[in-house]
Formats: sequence, C-alpha cells, structure tokens
Amino acid sequence: MDYLLTEEQIMIRDLVRKIAKDKIIPKRLEWDETGEFPWEALKALAEADLCGLYIPEEYGGMGANILGYSIAGEEVSRACGGVGVSYMASGLGSTPIILFGSEEQKKKYLPAIAAGKKLAAFGLTEANAGSDAAGIETTAKKEGDYYILNGTKQWITNGGEAETYTVIAISDKSKGPRGASAFILEKGTPGFTFGKKENKMGIRCSATRELVFQDCKIHKSQLLGKEGMGFIVAMKTLDMTRPGIGAQAVGIAQGALDEALKYSRQRVQFGRPIGSFQAIQHMLADMATLIEAARALVYSTARMIDAGCKDFTLPASEAKLFASDVAMKVTTDAVQILGGYGYMKEYPVEKMMRDAKITQIYEGTNQIQRNQIALALIKESASKK
Amino acid sequence: MDIIVCIKQVPDTTEVKINPETNTLVREGVPSIVNPFDENAVESALQLKEKYGGKVTVITMGPPQAAEALRTTIAMGADEVYLVSDRAFAGSDTWATSYTLSQAIKKIGRFDLILCGKQAIDGDTAQVGPGIAEWLDIPQVTFAVKIDAEESKLKVERLLEEVNEVVECPLPAVVTVVKQINSPRLPSLKGMMRAKKAEIKNLSAQDIGADLENTGLKGSPTSVVKIFTPPPKGGGEILAGEAAEIIVKLTDKLKERKII
Amino acid sequence: MSIKVLLDKCTGCTLCVKACPFGAIKMEELPAEAGLPAGQAGKRPKKKAVIDLDACTLCKACIPSCKFDAIEITIEKTEAKDLSKYRGVWVFAEQREGKVQSVAYELLTEGKKLARDLKTELSAVLCGDEKIEDEVESLFHYGAEKVYLATHPELKHYRTAPYARTVAEIITKYKPEIFLLGATTLGRDLAARLAIRVGAGLTADCTGLAIDPEKKILMQTRPAFGGNIMATIQTPNHRPQMATVRPKVFKKIKNEKPIDKTKIIRFSPVIGVEDLIVKLLDIVQDDTVKVNLAEAEIIVSGGRGLGEAGNFKLIEELAQVLGGAVGASRAVVDAGWISAHHQVGQTGKTVAPKLYIACGIAGKIQHLVGMQGSDTIIAINKDPDAPIFKVATYGIVGDLFEFVPLLTNKIKELRS
Repeated sequence: MDYLLTEEQIMIRDLVRKIAKDKIIPKRLEWDETGEFPWEALKALAEADLCGLYIPEEYGGMGANILGYSIAGEEVSRACGGVGVSYMASGLGSTPIILFGSEEQKKKYLPAIAAGKKLAAFGLTEANAGSDAAGIETTAKKEGDYYILNGTKQWITNGGEAETYTVIAISDKSKGPRGASAFILEKGTPGFTFGKKENKMGIRCSATRELVFQDCKIHKSQLLGKEGMGFIVAMKTLDMTRPGIGAQAVGIAQGALDEALKYSRQRVQFGRPIGSFQAIQHMLADMATLIEAARALVYSTARMIDAGCKDFTLPASEAKLFASDVAMKVTTDAVQILGGYGYMKEYPVEKMMRDAKITQIYEGTNQIQRNQIALALIKESASKK
Repeated sequence: MDIIVCIKQVPDTTEVKINPETNTLVREGVPSIVNPFDENAVESALQLKEKYGGKVTVITMGPPQAAEALRTTIAMGADEVYLVSDRAFAGSDTWATSYTLSQAIKKIGRFDLILCGKQAIDGDTAQVGPGIAEWLDIPQVTFAVKIDAEESKLKVERLLEEVNEVVECPLPAVVTVVKQINSPRLPSLKGMMRAKKAEIKNLSAQDIGADLENTGLKGSPTSVVKIFTPPPKGGGEILAGEAAEIIVKLTDKLKERKII
Repeated sequence: MSIKVLLDKCTGCTLCVKACPFGAIKMEELPAEAGLPAGQAGKRPKKKAVIDLDACTLCKACIPSCKFDAIEITIEKTEAKDLSKYRGVWVFAEQREGKVQSVAYELLTEGKKLARDLKTELSAVLCGDEKIEDEVESLFHYGAEKVYLATHPELKHYRTAPYARTVAEIITKYKPEIFLLGATTLGRDLAARLAIRVGAGLTADCTGLAIDPEKKILMQTRPAFGGNIMATIQTPNHRPQMATVRPKVFKKIKNEKPIDKTKIIRFSPVIGVEDLIVKLLDIVQDDTVKVNLAEAEIIVSGGRGLGEAGNFKLIEELAQVLGGAVGASRAVVDAGWISAHHQVGQTGKTVAPKLYIACGIAGKIQHLVGMQGSDTIIAINKDPDAPIFKVATYGIVGDLFEFVPLLTNKIKELRS
C-alpha cells in the first residue's frame, strides 16, 4: 500500500528494516529471556544516523520529521517492542529540551543524543502519581543558585542506561499545579542514583528503573524553561510523543500479523494450509484492517505535527488509544492463529502479546485518553454554540 | 592511503530460480545487488581509510544501471565513484574486463592499493583481480582474510584450503578479499542521502584510451558457445536392493552430480 | 560486433525474452510498417522482440531459443594467428610442501583423453626446488609423456611472481595448445595472472572438458550464476587455451606398470629480486575457521533416530569424510545431544548446501523449512512414511546404523 511517503521517509523505512533483519530479529528472543539491554541494536541505529530524526538540524539532527521518526519507531517495534520502546523513550526524554530548552541547553545536550552517543529518559511518574500526575511529591528546593532534589521517580524507561534525564519536580508546593518545574540532569550527578531493574511482563529488554534523588544538588542552569512550567513541559512533551506510542503499537501489531500470515500458509491441517479456512481468513482480514486504520491515524497526526499544526492533542490521543487497543487485539489473535505453537516461547508471537499490553497503559492509560478525548469533544462542541 | 575498489553489479544469484516448464532462468523480480564480496572489499577500504586517512574511490565496469551499485557504496562512505561504461565493453570476458578496468585506473591516476572481492557471484571466475594486477604490473595478494598496513607495505593473511598464509607485500598492489574478512557496514541515512545527490563520473572507452582490440566481445579470447540449465533435481527416488547395492547406487549418483 | 532481431522474421513468440539471463530483450510495439496491404492499415502492429544493447552481454543464449532464426549476430572476422605452432596438452603439477597434489593427477588422467583426441602429447609442468625431482616419477604414472621440470630454490614455496615468470617462459618457449591447472587457491592465483601475461584465454572452475571434433579446440563447461546455469566456453583464437578445473570432479587413474618411455625437459628460470618483493612470513593453522553451517557445501544431519548422544559420532564421521558440516534437528538439540549451533530448521538455521544428508530425521515441516532449498537431499530413515522422503532426491528406507557406516566407508574407499 502506498502511504505517499517522501523519498527520505522511504529510505528511513528501508534502512530500519535492514537493521531489524540483521541486528534485532536474530537476538530478540534472547534479549527478552535475559532482559539484557539491546545496546547492539541501538548502536546500529545510531551508526545509521537514525537517532536524530526528530531533532532540529542545527543540533545535529535531521530536522523536525515526526512522521519519519514514527516510521522508524514502527519498524523497530515490528521487530521487537522492547528495542522500539528503548529507541523512542530517548525521544521522550529529549523532547522537553527541544521544546523548552535554552540555546545553551540545546547545544549542550542534543548533539550527543542526535548522534546516538547518549540516550535520554523522561522522569514524571511516581509510586503515588501515575494517572494523577499532579500528585507528584519529588521536591526541588531552591537554595541560592542551586536546587536540591529529593524524591523517587518510578518505572522510568531507559532508567540507568540513559545519560540525560528530564525530570519534573515540585518547586513550590503552595502554587499547586503551577508549582512544578522541569530539570535536566545527567547520570553520575551526586545524589542521583537508580533503583533495581524491574522484572516486567513484556518489553523485557527495555530497562525500567526508579530514579532516586537524595539531596541531589543541581545548578539553576539545569532548570528547563521557567519555574512553575513543569506540568506544561510534561503535557506538551507527552502530546508530541503520543503519536510515537501509536507507531510502536502499530509496529508490534504488524509484526504479529506478519508471523500469523506466514504460519497460516505453512501449517497444514485436514489436508490443507489453515490459511485456506474462512475462520482464519476472517481473523487475518480484521487484523489487517485494524492495523491500517491505526496506521492512518498515527501517520495523519504525525503529518499534522510536521506541517506545523499547533493543536493536535485530540488526534494524538485518539491515535494512541486506538493503536494500542489494536496491538493488544492483533497480537492476541496472532497467538490464537499459531495455536499451541503460539503459546510456546520459541515462537515470537507470545512475546509480542506481552509487549503489546504496555502500550495500553503507559504515556497516559487508555482510560485517561478516553477522558481527555471526551473532554476535548465537549469543549469543542460547547465553543460552537 | 588512497584506495580504489573495483565492484560489479550482479543479479542476486541466491534469488534466481529456474522455470520448471521451460528450464530457463527466471530473471524477473531478481534484484540487482553489489556483488557481496565487493561489499567486503569496500568495507576493508573504509576501515583502512578510517585508520590511515586517505580516499576511497569505487569504480565499476558495467551498463548504465550499474550506477545504482556505485550509489550503494557512497551510502557506505565511498568518496568518489566512476562508472566505466561504453557499448564497446559489452560482451567482455575477464581478459577484456581486467584490461578495461586497468585502463580506467591508469586514467584515475594516483592510488596506493586496489581492492577487489574474490569473485563475482554470477561469473564466479575470480580472475579479474589478478588480471588487473598483471596489466598494471604490480604485485597481487588473493583470498585475503586480514589486512594490516605498515607504512608502504601490507601484511596480509590469506585464506587457503587448509591453512592460512601470512605474506608481506609492498604497495602499490592488488588485494582480493574473501567474505570472512569483515562484516560490511549498513549504509547510514546521511550516506543514503548523499548517495542520491552524488555525481557519478562516467568514463567511456575514449576517456580511458582503451585499445578496442582488447575490449568487449572482440577483445575477449574466450567466448560462450552454449548456455544450458543443469539437469533438474528430479524428485524422490527410493533406492532399493541389498544394502551394499544401495550404497553403490547412491555414490554413483553423487558422482554423476559432481558432488564427490 | 553486434546483435539484432530481424524484424521481418520475428513472429513475436517471446521465447527469446525468457531465454535471456540478463533481461535484455523486451517486446515492443512498433510503428505501423510502411507498405502494409490496404485494409490492414487499421490493424494494431504486432509486438516484436527488441534487444537492449546496453543490457546485452552478447552471451548468445537467445540464438538457439529462436525457432525462426530471427536473431542475428554479426561477428567481425579476426585474423587467426598462426595457431598451428601450438601443440600439446599440458597439466600444471601443483605441489605443496614438496608433494604433488591430487588435482594434478586428476587432470593428467583427464588430459590423456584430450591429448588422444587431438593426437598430441600430454605433458606436466612441475616447479619446485631441486628436491621436487623426486615427484617426477609419479607424473609419468598418471599419464604424462613429458615433464617440464623447473627447479630453483625460490620455487620451493609458491609465490605468484616467480611462478608466473617461470611458467610463462616455459609456455612461450614450448607453446602448448592447452594448459590445465587445478582450481585451487594456488591454481586460480597463478592462472589468472599467467593468462594475461601469455595472452591466453582462461576459463575458471571447469567441471567438464572435451575436444570439439570439427574445430579441434577445447570445449570447457562450467557453472555460472551461482551454479544455476552451465556455460560451455571456447577459446578459438588465442593460445594456449587455459582452464582451471574443479578438484575432485575427474577421477585419477594410476598406471602401476613400470614406465619406460619418459622425457624430462629441464628449465632453469632466472628469478630476479623484482620477483621476490612479496615475502612469505608465516603459515598459520587457523582454528577459528571452522566449518560454518550456513556456508557449508555439504551437511550431514542427525535426528531422533540416532537414539542417544553418543551416536552422533556416526554423523560426525560421515561429515568428516565428505568434508562437510554437522547439522541437527530440533529434537536432538533440545535433548542436549548436540549444541544449538547445529540446529537446522524453522527455529534454527536455514541452509541450502549442495548436499544435505538427513539421518534419522522424520522431516517435520519445521525442519524441512530450514533445508528444502538444498540441491541434493538424501534421507535415511526406518519409517517409509516419514515426510522427509517427500523432499529427498534419494531416499533409503532403512536403519541408519547400517547405512551411515556403509556410506562412510564407501566414500573413504572412493577417495583413496
């Protein structure tokens, strides 16, 4: 199918497919089993100039190309959801700097990330603040020219492996939602340590750790944007990266469909390939249609952002919501099509089903997405009166 | 170290199939690729350049579509490419090909090392590399599995049938490489974009001062008389008889198929 | 030198399009021909074959495919040099570590037939230090009537330049019409350089040799396109006609009787410092260059039928005498009888060697998917209904404990 991609986007897609085939697919089951962080794959992506697709050119990137970046994320996730999330979480961690960083901050942190030399991570979630992000308790107390950070962030993707962290903390409790600020921190800063690596259901090669701040002292030049802008930074960042999550989900679903299709042609029962039975055909047809619909939502949102559209919160939410639900359904159906073999760890689809689940949870659970979508619809309807 | 790499665009012979009805080669849908051994040669050149500095130039003798193969090497990191192309070169055997390439190399001028893949996967001769060395009157080292450079000489490990040989060879020289020497790098996105815009310099027979007695079909001492497909695999024969008989039948069949 | 389709003879049957290995022939609609009879002006012109001269390599595969003689190649007549001065079939007696290699004996045996067809003499060319003379006797026993012996201390170990100089000078002086070498690393390194130096046509890696009865020249048959097609090649106007020949393709036959008529022609090459600039530093036994399953040309695989881990020995022995690699089905890898590096199949490696021997393997689809691309497949299994027999070129319904050792011994016998 022709997605009307530019030549550069086609190059990106084909290059990632090649890397996926050579570097990711052969090792994905091993990485899933051991939980080993996929440095090899990320290094290959870095060497192919694929880590800076969304970073402006003046900082060593390829320019704002959210669609190209989404396609890259989709193709990586098609091979392995864990590598996909590690790749794209770096985008999540560096987007605050792109959107709100000062010139010095951008020059200091972005080039290494664009070159793939360093990874980034984003720290918002805490044990008591998931969907209710406003309930975060990590504090950043101002002392002269410094801020002292105290608190713990939970379930941070790339935690411990990334060098660059953007973290949201409360700088003034009295101001409520306007009392949070965003900061940039590097691994190795005294008082900044990591918790143990979480043992997850899926995306197991992705590193998920706590970020622990104990009297962590950082200079005021590490403040991102202005004091009090913390949640604005967080919300704008998450809006921007939400299509990327959709892309990951589309990729995981596509990978599962590919396996199911291949299997249905090879597996012979009752004297014929099971792909010749209508029951299987209908499942495959539904899976494919859902994936195309999800892809269409993700691509059109990405195109909107690339075209400079300012308000894309609604389509981004819809894309993430729909694509993640599709990923869960398609991967489950893929396991069903592979039957007994689908349940065995030797075949890749059970991993894909486990990988898909998280897409319905992180970056705003699908329940929160539904809230947001409904609110946006009502607001729009009200304003038309 | 200025290196010239000779490559060839070939059909991906691992994808080529025989049409069972007509018993002929099915050419459609078979992608054209850079000869895999030549990719190893380009990779070796890039690694040597990264270590010692210099320039990597890639040349190929072929029809106009061979320019695509050259672009792939630019995406890997080659600095300059030349397409040696002319109707006069059509039908060349290895004599004419090695002559033509050596003339092109003379035209390009300065080089320290010429790298080639061991053989092309369509012709499978492994003759062009040494042929170029003879035309240029420089030493050759074939079947290289490791290349180290020391000032103006090379230390090369050669992959022979049972042992490896280590030789020292002064520059300039021609070295042909085997696939075990390295893993060719994937093109980078920036490389691919550079490749799209890159200028492919063309060298005609006149540009390289080629003596037409030595080019193309006319300049080729060998010529193809016949092309045919080997007898089809033939399915499933169950060998019958006494054990010893069966074994004899089997080994005879293997001998027929030139496997033993 | 050109090729074209004679449009008045072409019927548009498209057989040539299919025959072309390079996709250089296309069917094109031509503008209506002048002089069409009245009433046919409205008819659509037929599509005819057109050859793209940029893609055409003049391989001539299309010519026999045209039943209407509509493809014409015009060859400019080259002046034939006086080739009658070149007589004799020569074989390069490759030696390593002072011992003549088997391929030389194979070529002498085959060369004898060629010499007989040409009513000429068979000779061998042997280079080495003075001790190499000990090997001359064996060359006569394999059919050489004459041996050109070049001795020099610098010829003890092969290097390109001193060997190329020596052999080129012998060829120039004594003028053979045919010169055969083994397609070994040594033979291919030497032949490629030598051919240019002496102005010979060289064909690589031949698997078939014969003399054309009319033209009295060598017809060289060899695989091309990765082995997908065979090509027969000739060198009509250049001498000698050189070819490297694939080892183990031809049999060697020794004449055990004592030889009385022998002739040795000694040659003393002058080897200067300029021939010695490439120096041999070391010989290395490389243990890391093991037989890689994915690249192996011959694979012998074992499955559940082996019964226990220890019996893999049988598979290893057969693989060894064939010079191949050892493969395994998933079942035995899981049972821990052999490491996973050897696993062939859907969740193991996909292989496509020249020869795949499956011993005690049932041939479930998961295994077949990994090896059915092999050129020749042999299956040995007790169960006549085992699915492996559906893809096997040759099947043996029997006990692998009986047949595998028998096969191993037979191969050993044939090789010695």
